[in-house]
Amino acid sequence: MTASTTAALMPFDDVLAAYDPALGLEVHVELNTASKMFCGCPAVFGGEPNAGTCPTCLGLPGAMPVVNGKAVESAIRIGLALNCEIAEWCRFARKNYFYPDMPKNFQTSQYDEPIAFDGWMDVTVPTEGGGDETFRVEIERAHMEEDTGKSLHVGGATGRIHGADHSLVDYNRAGIPLIEIVTRPILGAGERAPEVAKAYVSQLRELIVALGVSEARMDQGNLRADVNLSLSPKGSGVLGTRTETKNVNSFRSVERAVRFEMQRHAAILSGGGSILQETRHWHEDTGITTSGREKSDAEDYRYFPEPDLVPVAPSREWVEELRGTLPENPTARRARLQAEWGFSDLEMRDTVGAGALGLVEETIAAGTTPQAARKWWLGELARRSNEDGVDLADLPITPADVARIQALVDDKTVNDKLARQVFEGVLAGEGTPDEVVEKRGLAVVSDDGALGAAVDNAIAANPDVAEKIRDGKVAAAGALIGAVMKEMRGQADAGRVRELILEKLA
Amino acid sequence: MSDLTRRTAATLAEDLASGATTSVALTEAHLDRIDDVDTDVHAFLHVDRDGALAEAAESDARRARGEARGPLDGVPVAVKDVLATRGLPTTCGSRILEGWVPPYDATVVTRLRAAGLPILGKTNMDEFAMGSSTEHSAYGPTHNPWDLDRIPGGSGGGSAAAVAAFEAPLAIGTDTGGSIRQPGAVTGTVGVKPTYGGVSRYGLVALANSLDQAGPVTRTVLDAAMLHDVIGGHDPRDSTSIQQDWPSFTDAARAGSAGDMSGVKVGVVTELAGEGWQPGVMARFDESVELLVKAGAEVVEVSCPSFVHALAAYYLILPAEASSNLAKFDAMRYGLRVTPEGDPSAEDVMRATRDAGFGDEVKRRIILGTYALSSGYYDAYYGQAQKIRTLISRDFDAAFGDVDVLVSPTAPTTAFRLGEKLDDPMAMYLNDLATIPANLAGVPGISVPNGLADEDGLPSGFQVLAPALADDRVYRVGAALEALHLEQWGAPLLDKAPALEGPAR
Repeated sequence: MTASTTAALMPFDDVLAAYDPALGLEVHVELNTASKMFCGCPAVFGGEPNAGTCPTCLGLPGAMPVVNGKAVESAIRIGLALNCEIAEWCRFARKNYFYPDMPKNFQTSQYDEPIAFDGWMDVTVPTEGGGDETFRVEIERAHMEEDTGKSLHVGGATGRIHGADHSLVDYNRAGIPLIEIVTRPILGAGERAPEVAKAYVSQLRELIVALGVSEARMDQGNLRADVNLSLSPKGSGVLGTRTETKNVNSFRSVERAVRFEMQRHAAILSGGGSILQETRHWHEDTGITTSGREKSDAEDYRYFPEPDLVPVAPSREWVEELRGTLPENPTARRARLQAEWGFSDLEMRDTVGAGALGLVEETIAAGTTPQAARKWWLGELARRSNEDGVDLADLPITPADVARIQALVDDKTVNDKLARQVFEGVLAGEGTPDEVVEKRGLAVVSDDGALGAAVDNAIAANPDVAEKIRDGKVAAAGALIGAVMKEMRGQADAGRVRELILEKLA
Repeated sequence: MSDLTRRTAATLAEDLASGATTSVALTEAHLDRIDDVDTDVHAFLHVDRDGALAEAAESDARRARGEARGPLDGVPVAVKDVLATRGLPTTCGSRILEGWVPPYDATVVTRLRAAGLPILGKTNMDEFAMGSSTEHSAYGPTHNPWDLDRIPGGSGGGSAAAVAAFEAPLAIGTDTGGSIRQPGAVTGTVGVKPTYGGVSRYGLVALANSLDQAGPVTRTVLDAAMLHDVIGGHDPRDSTSIQQDWPSFTDAARAGSAGDMSGVKVGVVTELAGEGWQPGVMARFDESVELLVKAGAEVVEVSCPSFVHALAAYYLILPAEASSNLAKFDAMRYGLRVTPEGDPSAEDVMRATRDAGFGDEVKRRIILGTYALSSGYYDAYYGQAQKIRTLISRDFDAAFGDVDVLVSPTAPTTAFRLGEKLDDPMAMYLNDLATIPANLAGVPGISVPNGLADEDGLPSGFQVLAPALADDRVYRVGAALEALHLEQWGAPLLDKAPALEGPAR
């Protein structure tokens, strides 16, 4: 990968001294409808390749699309949640271009008549002073479209199309409903641009999850972000040439990709060069972008209204009915949850900043106290997410698992230290918390018989300590507890051990 | 020639019901007729003898059990090769689909099968239904049974010729700008383009989605109505299909055949006649109008001024939609694949395949359509064409505010000679002048044979157009005119066609 060495970068602070960034985000949300956008096939990617296909999603000659009403409903709910206007009448359009994994060589999408438009979302970014700063991100549109098939390039070193021996296409994904949410240019974020981008995608995901319209897992591709970025000379107010970075599959990467592109653009511009309008690919492993296909104004999708579909004209009654099903707005929700949980401003800020709000909420709903839920997600699990470079939500552990581990602590099956091993086991895919406890033999021993013998051994081995305790120096019990725990390899109920020691030496 | 092949579908239905014949017998008779004459006519691209006879045997068994599925159960039918047929090749007259056997049936085909009609085979057509002569078929032209040196019309020349040559009692066609009606006119047969959305397009390989409509191709108006009753009606797989209950078209045709036109107001479209129209065609048209008047119709002249722009609008909308529809033929999953020398990319294979697999007329329209949709030209071409389309619909609305049906000659001329207009696309396109407005507005139309032109002794057609959803009117008026002409002639027009007695001819 030569690009990593050739792309010159300007130090981030220097970028800000000379340029204003303009951000734009296009987020594709894969809906969790039972069937595909235009046919009855299951909207589930994966499984036996091409098993979930029919003449329509394979684009066979003569086959026709029919709009999935549930997808329209989800699109409208997303639009309403983003404070958009909902079109009284809109059409699908064909986006024409040739690509081997596109069955019809056009994508059925929406063009100048999106289902939702002119909305906004307030994005909260923490400030250094400990407060919050709110950016209003304007939503240009949210529209409906279908996903493409997925190409698998076989042979060659890179797994990419160049150098491959042959390619296979799985059309199970073709026709899965997508909602594309497009922002207007986000101006004025300055040094916060990378954070604003991350916060927008993260809070948008939160909203999508609350709406229940998508699994919204970035690592699974349910939620995919394209990051547009351009720089303009500081204070000029003139938008520069933009690049569109695709394949940005985590919140962290959104932030990193914006930062990288800002530095790369600035290095080129300051050297007297100009930015090529193009699609770029984000590389998670190396943290850089590389050039994809050139995207000039000459690229012409020849959009025209899809003649096989009738217009979508949602009645105002239906739209209002759907408005009634919206979850509360995220700002109000945060305020409510903070009050319910009794979190300090700092605790709340950290929770939101880590993208853990929904996870903590679900963990509490599964029966854990707010502080315990926060402790695990922002402690042990945040550490793991940093180490592994994945978002919290994408760790292979569920809020229900976390709640179960805390329950095991509460009923003294494991102690805090053992609980960390349970987390390790679950994250390593060893099974449910109970299975991990069972397989790793982690349950603490509180059986008096086994503990009693260990206590007796400890007393016998430490007669001087035992003597001090007999003399009333109860604090010395710690040394004996340590010896017992050592013998029991940590799997002992420390409280019960202490009680037994004190009983025996009373 | 077997007597069975001369009968109308309605008569065959009666014969089957009375036990006078069996489906196997009459299916075999038509297959034999195909064997005898199709080397000359070339109406069929694929004949499914075994399949048709098996379906016929099942039909006979059903009837024996008293479980016939409807009047046409057991009456064989030919299907234009643009409709997907499970297990039967579907080429659309193109090299690029050579060898493709669809894994599914078009809804029209599903309904034919459900009603028990054995499918004789697939009929020839201009490649992807682009043409007015069937000369653009990659598999060679179909010949007009009236004169084998002449075109049978197009794009559905195969279906019309099959019916005209008594190779099939019934056929399915598709009409995007006249491809059912114009072949009907030049072969002396009946063709109906239903209201847009009246017959499902699911499984009809689209030429221009907003214009295409499948419909019946037959020798009589009653047969067309009976076939329409089988294939029509709402289909949840086609969201442009109309959700409503349709009246019985069979009843409408039967009512019309009494020949009484009293109380019917007929509008003769000023713009669909005149200079450039063959005198013999105009003479027959005027006579037919006279017959209607004598039968009690009130006839007025109606102007539809926007119709003069119909051809231009059509040749922007059609290629635009077609250019996108035909993009799927890329060699990736089915049909022809041409692999160039060396180490070709997927794009190289697509390019080579499309170059080899599409004929000139298809390429011409892909280029036209791609251009018309291009950024910067869209408004001037596709956008303007859609506006004209709206104006044409308004002309129809205004006209039907005053009259019950509009009439014109179906085509400006009788069948021209094979090759005569092949190198002159504009001359070819002008054949559809009278039929195109109905497609642009989505209204139903029928072509009924109305005699032979004096100059050349070849058939001409009379077109009846009705408001959208009023397909029953074209059957009523069409059947009336047919009855009036039959009374005048004493025998069906096709009795005057050459007999085509087999390969020895």
